[in-house]
Amino acid sequence: MRKSLIPLALSGLAMTLTPALAGSGRTGILEQLQAEAGQAFSAERGKALFMARHKGGKPKTPSCTTCHSKSPLNAGRTRAGKRIAPMAVSKTSDRYSDPKKVAKWFRRNCRSVLGRECTPLEKGDFITFMMSR
Amino acid sequence: MKKVTVSVLMLVATAMTASADGKRYGTIRDKVTREECGACHLAYPAGFLPAVSWKKIIGNLPDHFGDDASLDEETTKHVLNYYLKHSRHGKFRNPAMRITELRWFVREHRHEVSRRARKRAGTMSNCQACHRGAARGYFDDD
Ligand code: HEC
Ligand code: HEC
Ligand code: HEC
Repeated sequence: MRKSLIPLALSGLAMTLTPALAGSGRTGILEQLQAEAGQAFSAERGKALFMARHKGGKPKTPSCTTCHSKSPLNAGRTRAGKRIAPMAVSKTSDRYSDPKKVAKWFRRNCRSVLGRECTPLEKGDFITFMMSR
Repeated sequence: MKKVTVSVLMLVATAMTASADGKRYGTIRDKVTREECGACHLAYPAGFLPAVSWKKIIGNLPDHFGDDASLDEETTKHVLNYYLKHSRHGKFRNPAMRITELRWFVREHRHEVSRRARKRAGTMSNCQACHRGAARGYFDDD
């Protein structure tokens, strides 16, 4: 019993540290995207990308909102029924902070919805929108 | 710290109730596999399908039941190896792509599942909607 408390206490500590670390991970990701896009990001364009019904992707997923729900403040659901935490940074503080995770899901979800990868500008717009909510 | 203690007690309590129930169907013990294959649904226990099925499923992740579930090459190999190693044994002529289409699954669920429970789950692939112990390998605890 004693023993099992130590790792849990440590993971508790890690959890209190996460918001700060998450912030710096996100800054790095945005800086990288900014350098590739060469243009200022826009939350408005990010919102349009998120809300639109797209063509060219897989038939069952015409929009980001298919899984993420219509509001970034609300939880979503995968097509297999599992809950997805809200996309807005104000609701899920560690969003867009792990470069590998961000790259993996942009690749998958942009291919599913748009039938192609998203551009650095689209990715930056999307994250900027989610940080504004 | 108080919160931590409470969650430890809760963990112990759930572990104890779970072990009082009967059969255990296995879980995914590898962290990478559990996270990657558990992102959209329960990380389905490997023992539910034979190796041929897992080979087909994990061999086509970019077109995964209508989703793109692609992984990089290295992770795909890692996950495939895990599933192959723990897959169901035996001979299978028409390897299923779905657990939910296996004969025993259909038989177990045909009369047992209420319409309301089915609707709440959204899809029969959403094991955890009905089997709260599924992530710990228990499917007979409702
Ligand atoms: C088929 C369902 C589905 C669709 C459609 C979908 N997503 Fe997602 N998305 C997910 C899941 C599942 C996750 C991973 C779970 C999580 O991060 O909580 C995720 C995660 C993400 C992440 C990573 C978040 C992070 O914290 O790093 C980004 C970025 C993302 N999605 C962008 C998009 C964009 C942009 C679209 C539309 C072009 C989209 N998604 C459409 C299911 C979907
Ligand atoms: C991007 C989301 C996503 C990821 C990641 C994912 N899956 Fe799936 N999976 C789905 C969806 C959607 C379905 C179909 C659900 C339905 O029909 O209701 C599915 C269905 C399945 C089924 C059939 C379930 C049944 O109905 O019996 C198996 C088996 C499966 N997935 C295995 C895996 C494995 C193994 C991995 C890891 C390599 C994985 N999945 C990763 C989305 C995902
Ligand atoms: C809509 C609700 C629902 C969903 C979704 C569901 N089940 Fe079940 N399942 C039941 C009910 C009800 C029973 C019969 C009562 C019992 O034994 O728990 C059952 C029985 C079982 C049993 C037999 C348990 C035993 O040992 O007696 C297994 C194994 C099982 N389900 C696995 C699964 C798996 C794997 C999935 C997901 C791929 C799944 N179920 C999805 C409701 C559901």
